Amino acid sequence: MIEKTPLCAAELAENFADLHPPFTRDEAVAEAARCLYCFDAPCTRACPTHIDVPRFIRQILHDNPGGAAETIFSENVFGGSCARACPTEVLCEGACVDRTLLKAPVQIGRLQRYATDYAMEAGLRFFEPGPDTGRRVAIVGAGPAGLSCAHELRKAGHAVTVFEARDVAGGLNTLGIAPYKITTEFALSELAPILEMGIDLRLNTPVDAVGLAALRAEYDAVFLAIGLGPTAALAIPGEDADGVWEALDFIFQTHTGPLTECVVGRAVVVIGAGNTAIDVATEAVRLGADQVTIVYRRTAREMSAFAYEYELARQDGIRFIWQVQPVAFEVTDGHLSGVTMVRVRPSGRGATLVPVDGSTFSIPCDMAVKALGQTPILDLLEGMEGVVVEGGRLHVDPTTGATGVPGLFAGGDCISKGAEIVNAVQEGKLAAHGIIASLSH
Amino acid sequence: MKKPDLTARVAGITSPNPFWLASGPPTNSGYQVCRAFEAGWGGAVWKTLSHEPIVNVSSRYGAVDYDGRKMMGFNNIELITDRSLEVNLKEIRDVKRAFPDHAVVVSLMVESNRDAWHDIVKQVEDTGCDGLELNFGCPHGMSERGMGSAVGQVPDYTQMVTEWVKEVARTPVLVKLTPNITDIRFVGRAARQGNADGLSLINTINSIMGVDLDTFQPRPHVAGRGSHGGYCGPAVKPIALNMVHQVAHDTEIGLPISGIGGVQAWQDAVEFMLLGAGNVQVCTAAMHFGFRIVEQLRSGLENWMQARGFERLSDFVGRSVPAIGDWADLDLGYKVVADIDQNTCIHCGLCYIACEDGAHQSIERTPLPLSTFSETILANGSTTAVSESGGHRVVAGAGEGYVNRYDIRQDTCVGCNLCSLVCPVSGCITMKEVPSDLPSMTWREYQDRLSRGEVAPIQPPHHV
Repeated sequence: MIEKTPLCAAELAENFADLHPPFTRDEAVAEAARCLYCFDAPCTRACPTHIDVPRFIRQILHDNPGGAAETIFSENVFGGSCARACPTEVLCEGACVDRTLLKAPVQIGRLQRYATDYAMEAGLRFFEPGPDTGRRVAIVGAGPAGLSCAHELRKAGHAVTVFEARDVAGGLNTLGIAPYKITTEFALSELAPILEMGIDLRLNTPVDAVGLAALRAEYDAVFLAIGLGPTAALAIPGEDADGVWEALDFIFQTHTGPLTECVVGRAVVVIGAGNTAIDVATEAVRLGADQVTIVYRRTAREMSAFAYEYELARQDGIRFIWQVQPVAFEVTDGHLSGVTMVRVRPSGRGATLVPVDGSTFSIPCDMAVKALGQTPILDLLEGMEGVVVEGGRLHVDPTTGATGVPGLFAGGDCISKGAEIVNAVQEGKLAAHGIIASLSH
Repeated sequence: MKKPDLTARVAGITSPNPFWLASGPPTNSGYQVCRAFEAGWGGAVWKTLSHEPIVNVSSRYGAVDYDGRKMMGFNNIELITDRSLEVNLKEIRDVKRAFPDHAVVVSLMVESNRDAWHDIVKQVEDTGCDGLELNFGCPHGMSERGMGSAVGQVPDYTQMVTEWVKEVARTPVLVKLTPNITDIRFVGRAARQGNADGLSLINTINSIMGVDLDTFQPRPHVAGRGSHGGYCGPAVKPIALNMVHQVAHDTEIGLPISGIGGVQAWQDAVEFMLLGAGNVQVCTAAMHFGFRIVEQLRSGLENWMQARGFERLSDFVGRSVPAIGDWADLDLGYKVVADIDQNTCIHCGLCYIACEDGAHQSIERTPLPLSTFSETILANGSTTAVSESGGHRVVAGAGEGYVNRYDIRQDTCVGCNLCSLVCPVSGCITMKEVPSDLPSMTWREYQDRLSRGEVAPIQPPHHV
C-alpha cells in the first residue's frame, strides 16, 4: 500500500517553492539592460506566439511593466504561465544572440514573469469584448488552446461557449505542470481576465460524437481543443496492480489537494524520459521518495527531455538507467514490489530495439509511473466526413486551424499529439483568426 | 622596464602625478584631502573659499542614469564652502605640511571688489599652498550674486579680476572657465590678458536634471522647488574635450591647461592630455566611487605610456591638437566603408536597422535558411552558439527557420561609422579605407578648383 508523503507541510513548501523566484525591480531592470533590442529579433521569431520580446523588455527597462505586460498578453493570454513553464532554453532564450556574445542568454522568461506578475497583482485589464456580431462559436476543451481561441473570438465580438469535461478550467496548464513551475492558484488567477471577457464556461460537460453533432448544428463554428487521453499502455503483466500509476494522475494530485495529502512510493520507477517523466521524478523526490529511477529504452542523447530538465533531475539525485525496457510489473500481495527490466539494443539501423539475451534484472519499487506520452481521443470524430488523422494527430490547415470538415476547427494537443502550452495558445489564436475569417464571408 | 615618470607640471605647479581632485565636495575638508593624498592623488583643488561661509540647501545633487547604469551625468546646486575661512586656512596649512610634495591649490571666489580679492589671496597664500584657482565658473547660486560664472561669462570682468589677483599673488594663478558661454576662447584670451598663469576647464554646465513624474517637482528639489544646477560626470566629457582643444589650439591664449570634465577612466585622462591638458581634475568619479579610483587611473596611464614608449607626460601632451581643425580642411577624397565579419556577427540586426532608418540604407539583410547558414557561415568558423536539448538543435540568432545575414552594400556605403558604433561585438564591424572616385582635396581646395573650372561639381549620391 502506497502511503502519503512522509514530509511535513513546511518541508513540502520548501521543496515545491518556485524554481525561479521572481525578479525584484532592480534585478529586472539590470537584466533588461542586457537586451540588445535586436531587429527582426530571433527571440520573437523563436516564440511560437511571436511575443515582441525586445519591445516588452525595453518597456521593463523604462519602468513601464504594465505596457510590457500588454505587449506579452496581446500575443499570448497565458503569458504568465508560459513565463514559468516554457522551455525557454529551446525557444526565445535559445535564440538569444547573447548566447553567442556573452555565453548566457537574457533571462527572457523571468522578465516576462516580472511584467505579467506586475499586471496580475495590479489587476490590470488590457482587452475588452468586441461589439456583438450575433455569431456563436462552441469550443470543446477549456485548456490553453480552447481559452486562447475563446479570448480572440470575444475580442472580435463573437459569442463563445466553452465545454469542459473536467470540473476545473485551464486543462493541463492548471493540473499538469509541476507546482514549482506553476501553482494551481496562479494558473487559475491567469484564467480570470480571460473568463471576464464574457465566456460561457460549462464545466463537467464532456462532449461525445452525438454532442459534437449537436454543437455543429447549433453554432456557427466549433473549435476542438480536446487534448489527449491516457498514457499509452505497456501491455505487460501486472500493469493494473496497486502502485502502477499514470504520469498525469501523479502530477494532478499535487494540484487537486494539499501537498500533505499526496501519495508517493518510497522507491519509485518512472518509465520514459520525456519532460513529463522528469516532472514526475522530481516531484516524487520532492514529495519524499527515498529513491527515484528513470528507465528509458534509448540513450541520453535520444530522450525528449530538455537539457535543463535533465540537469534538474540529476541535481535532485534521480538515477537514470538507459537502454532498458520493462517486461513485467512484479506484484506481491496485490501490491507492486518491483519492475522486471531487460536491456535492449538497437537492431539494424536503430529503429527497432531488441532485448539482450540473459540481461533481465529487477528494480525493487513500490511505485511505478508510466510517462510514455498520451494517446489520442478522437473517437468523437469517427466516421465524420472530411476528418483526416495522421499518426494520431488530427490534421488541420496550420494557418487557420480548419479541419477538412466545414465549420470545424481544431488546435492544441489533439493536433500536435502533445506540445507546450505556448504552442497550444498559438494554435488557439490562429484558429480564432481562421474562424473570424470564415464567419466574415 | 623603467616605469614612466608621471610628474606633472602645469603653470608652474608640480604634482607627483597628473591626477588632481577638482574643487568640489571631495575637497571640502582637510580630512578628505589627506585621505585622497594617501590614496595616491597627485593634487587637490580645495573647495572654493570666500570671506564668509555660505548657507547650503538640502537636497543638492541629481543624476541621470542610462538604461540601468547609474550616474552617467550628475549635477549639483551646492554652493562654495559652508565652513569658516579660519578653519579652512588652518586645514590647508596642516595638509600642505603633511604632504609637501603634493599640489594643494585653493579655489577662490569673493565679491568683485579689488580689496576683497587682495585680502583673500594674501590670507590663502600664507598657508603655503601651491597655487590659486579663480572660480569664474560656478553656474548656480553664486552667479546670481554677481560671482562665479557671472564673472566668467564676461571677458572684461574676467580680465579685471584676474589682474587684481595677479597684483598680489606670489603663487601661480589658474582661471577656471565656465562652459556656459558662446565661445570659450574669448574668456580664455581675457584671462591671458589679465596675466593668468593657466586655465582650468570646464566648470559645470547649466542643467535641469529632470522632473519627478509623480510629484511634478524638479530633481533635485528643495521643498518642492528647484534651480538649475551644474552638470558634470561622464556625459560632459566630449563637451569638455572640445573646449580644451579650442583653448589649446588658440594662438592668442597659449596658456597651460588643467583639464576637467567627466574623467572617470585613465583613457579619459589621456584624451584630455592629448588635446592639450597638462593634467586633469576629477570630481564626479571620486564622488561616485571614492578616492580609491586613482590607483586604476595611475596604473592605466603608466601601462599605456610604457606600451607606447613614453617616458614623461610631455612626450604626448598636446599631441592630437594639430589633428583637429576646421571641417573645411577635411579631405573629401578620403573614403572608408564598413565591413562585417560574418564569423563574429551575432545576427542582432542593430547595424541593419540603424543604417536603414538612421543612415544611408546600405546594409543588405538576407534571411538564410538554417540549413544554408549551417553549411556556410557556421561551417566556416562562425562563433554562433549552437546547443542540443531534448532532440532540438538550438542556434542562437535563429528563429522561424532562418538566420539573418547582413552585408554592407559597398557601392552605397558612405562610411559614416554608425553600424560600427551600434555593433555590440568588438571588432565585428570595421571601417576599411578604400579608393575614392575623388582626388585628395579639402573642401576649401575643392571650392578653389571649382571656381577655376579645374574640377566638375561632385554629384550627389544617387542611391535610394
